[in-house]
Amino acid sequence: MDYTREGLLRAYRRMATIRQFEERLHEEIAKGEIPGFTHLYCGQEAAAVGVCEHLDEADKIVSTHRGHGHCIAKGCDVIGMMKEIYGSREGLCKGRGGSMHIADTSIGMLGANGIVGAGAPQAVGAAIAAKAAGEGKVAIAFSGDGACNQGTTFEAMNMAVVIDVPAIFVFENNHYSEHTGDSYAVATGNDIASRAEAFGMKVWRANGSDFHATYETMAKLLDYVRQTGHPAAIELDTERFYGHFEGDPQRYRAKGELDRIRDERDALKTFRKAPSTRELLEEGELDAIDKQVAELIDRAVEEARGAARCDPSQIDEDVYAAY
Amino acid sequence: MTVMNVRDAINQTIHEAMERDPSVILLGEDVAGGAGTAGGQEAIGGIWGTSTGLVGKFGPERVIDTPISESAIVGAAAGAALSGMRPIAELMFADFIGVCGDQLINQIAKFRYMFGGNARCPVVIRLIYGAGMNAAAQHSQAFYNLLTAIPGLKVALPTTPADAKGLMNEALHGDDPVMFFEHKALYGRKGEVPDGLHRVPFGHARMAREGGDVTIVALGRMVSFAEKAADKLAADGIGCDIIDPRTTSPLDEEAILDSVEQTGRLVVVDESPPRCSVASDIGALVAQKAFTSLDAPPELVTAPHTPIPFAPELERAYVPGPPAIEAAVRRTLDWG
Ligand SMILES: Cc1ncc(C[n+]2csc(CCOP(=O)(O)OP(=O)(O)O)c2C)c(N)n1
Ligand SMILES: [Mg+2]
Repeated sequence: MDYTREGLLRAYRRMATIRQFEERLHEEIAKGEIPGFTHLYCGQEAAAVGVCEHLDEADKIVSTHRGHGHCIAKGCDVIGMMKEIYGSREGLCKGRGGSMHIADTSIGMLGANGIVGAGAPQAVGAAIAAKAAGEGKVAIAFSGDGACNQGTTFEAMNMAVVIDVPAIFVFENNHYSEHTGDSYAVATGNDIASRAEAFGMKVWRANGSDFHATYETMAKLLDYVRQTGHPAAIELDTERFYGHFEGDPQRYRAKGELDRIRDERDALKTFRKAPSTRELLEEGELDAIDKQVAELIDRAVEEARGAARCDPSQIDEDVYAAY
Repeated sequence: MTVMNVRDAINQTIHEAMERDPSVILLGEDVAGGAGTAGGQEAIGGIWGTSTGLVGKFGPERVIDTPISESAIVGAAAGAALSGMRPIAELMFADFIGVCGDQLINQIAKFRYMFGGNARCPVVIRLIYGAGMNAAAQHSQAFYNLLTAIPGLKVALPTTPADAKGLMNEALHGDDPVMFFEHKALYGRKGEVPDGLHRVPFGHARMAREGGDVTIVALGRMVSFAEKAADKLAADGIGCDIIDPRTTSPLDEEAILDSVEQTGRLVVVDESPPRCSVASDIGALVAQKAFTSLDAPPELVTAPHTPIPFAPELERAYVPGPPAIEAAVRRTLDWG
């Protein structure tokens, strides 16, 4: 695979932004600054970025309850996201959605989603639109190992094959759905890709904690989908570094498991070690990005804290009728 | 009598039911928690703490952790019930009736009638509902109105620990499907709970307070808000009857009509949006059957006709609160 310096720097910046955004949220939530349910994406950065670095704004993605990483990877405004999560009127969704419902349809981010399994059928619809537009664009549904057990996901996969649209099912297998293990809840063991295959799709598998692995595999998948217009699926083996939600004691984990995955499966560390990174980039350049991202996140939190709050009198805006 | 909160009352009732009746099973996502993990079964005991200790006592054959598959959870409960069991199925959030709607409204609700009375489907569907946690549009809804509209379903919404136990036991002894709504914000509410097999018949309202000047019918969490409003009004010498219907299907029409006949004034407080709501239903009931007793138009205090917003300022404005209830009561008194 031919990498460019610009491409790698951009991908690293996106992954570092996700990591620091989430780590900062982890701290602020512990302080009680942030209302609602928040699911952090740390550990899965390579998955979102490895997929979305291939997309432009006309390609669509549909996300999940663990959506911050997908949003950042697709190019959502980080400060607008932070404001949204703080419940500000200036947030990307005017403070009405919060962490679980960030969307920016203008850049092809069709929404994070609080209903597990709701996204895959919507990606099929977005793929119908892509096919109608005839410009080789695609629609991607991100789903977890838990979401892959919803009937909606099965229906979507079957229908995508039947009506032959460029929908891509990206399964991020982080091995847990809330407190349940994938080896229990996914009847095919922890193999999700074979399910997609059974619906008649071409499937790929990659290490979703390794940017280069995900990016290179997605390149093949996207070549195929953009050329044929057929749906496809990919299973990304990855990890989540924090609890299911903030405050989760994670008693389901093995002893030492978190230390091990943080040590062995950290997408940022792995990125730095990859041969193409070492060949094209200096460590110092990546350190500089880390610093710039830290400044951006500081600014985002500061602005979110000071941003306009929602005014109760605006509660029935964007509703076509009030009673 | 033992003092405990609603969460523990539900937990204890399920424990006792499973001990008493081997046909009672519980199924849902993470109701045991930890299946297929190093931490093992019972790593969690239900995210709401209502199924703690069950899998250890009754085993994974009766306390079934399911994949995230609400249609299959509710459908499986239906099939088990048609086959003679008494399943309790948990929907972690009531909002997920959007996922399993067919099983609830076209299947479970229909069997007894549609099969000429030769089928019984005694499932208890536990639906955790309500706003107040800034959980936004898809994790906060008070959907009892939707299911109250479906013939064939019974709908319970306990507000006290004693009623949580009594209504759950009643559900587990009846032959009909029961939609059992548990408000997240009420789990910590404490009260005295009768020991043993305490049952509360469906269709019998609880008179939470007698005051005589205005009738307030309040649903679920709104009962405690109505009580707060009534405390303030009492200081001005205004007495409120507060009726907690406990079940919206069947509905205790008589308790409501009797009270309105005394007071001539009705305020209904409902956490759902106003259209096609339990509030509008009770308003219509009173207009039809107690028209001549009314001294003022019925007041409906409801959520607005919007999805539930995330921002705390907006969510607070969404949920009907004591000040809105107090103002509505005063309007009925000032009318004319
Ligand atoms: C329809 C529905 N059922 C259940 C839930 C509660 N819930 C939220 S996230 C989650 C686990 C999802 O697991 P997975 O798809 O693997 O995603 P992950 O959390 O690992 O990112 C569950 C059960 C929900 N939000 N929607
Ligand atoms: Mg998962």
